[in-house]
Amino acid sequence: MMKVNGTYTELTVKQSLQDYLVSQNYDISRIAVELNGEIVPKATYSQVMLGNGDTLEIVRFVGGG
Amino acid sequence: MIIALNGKRTNVKFRTAFEVRRELGNKTDIVILNGFQIDTDCELSENDTLAVIPKGCMPDRDELESMMMARHTPNVHNKLKEGRVAIAGLGGLGSNIAVMLARIGVGHLFLVDFDMVEPSNLNRQSYYISHLGMEKTAALKVQLKEINPFITVETRTVRVTEDNVCELFGDYSIICEAFDKPEAKSMLVNTVLERLPGSKIVAASGMAGYESSNIIKTVRRMKGFYLCGDFENGAGIGQGLMAPRVQICAGHQANMILRLLLGIEDI
Repeated sequence: MMKVNGTYTELTVKQSLQDYLVSQNYDISRIAVELNGEIVPKATYSQVMLGNGDTLEIVRFVGGG
Repeated sequence: MIIALNGKRTNVKFRTAFEVRRELGNKTDIVILNGFQIDTDCELSENDTLAVIPKGCMPDRDELESMMMARHTPNVHNKLKEGRVAIAGLGGLGSNIAVMLARIGVGHLFLVDFDMVEPSNLNRQSYYISHLGMEKTAALKVQLKEINPFITVETRTVRVTEDNVCELFGDYSIICEAFDKPEAKSMLVNTVLERLPGSKIVAASGMAGYESSNIIKTVRRMKGFYLCGDFENGAGIGQGLMAPRVQICAGHQANMILRLLLGIEDI
């Protein structure tokens, strides 16, 4: 199990953060991601592998200001 | 008894605030005791801060500062005067946030925007017809000087990119994200969190349209990352940005910045 934005989620396949975000329809250019309390640099999304017990915070930005 | 009277340490022989007014001013003067305007007389205590302000006349510069400070909560004012805040983007959020921070007396503001004031800004941003065609940095600086001449305002007219974030904002422990485009918001928040771990960023997402005011809130999403907005209602075709919700969101950001300046990290 993985915790994503406070909700427990089954991680069905072993995948990278990049693949997970794409599978969840996140636009990579409009988000910020924290994994286990640390910000994840965008350049490393495809190298970071997700595992059970991970806690993800994903913030999606919408336009306007 | 020693009190601070209109900004000057003064030895007074009066017992109450209104006795001071009766002696030094006239009946229509406003009386502010320790940051609060009083309508009924109050006894004075040692070290009170008292301002007696005549209505409708222009005081000299020293007096003006003490009169403006009179409405600030005494201990809060000194902390804010030492405060330094950077604002990235001077649109509907940033221009209004800058005005609020100037009004509460934040001592140093650093304002960054690459753009000029144009007519479509006037529906929600703190600019006037007379500012059309001016750089936003310059137009805002003029206003802030009229609101509070006792703070320093530094500006840079430049587009913020991944490559200049550290150079621009590296010296600031509180950075306000006030961009319009979601990609720019994401870029600044990511870059600050990655490369400026000592800084806190107060960002915004979701304030378009005329949905309920009450769904706009402040949350702390990550370490050093505060986010204000309803997180859903983006600006787009058919849903414009309107002054009320943009200013509500700007108010959330400004109040979170105020709290951080006072050492309060809770939302």
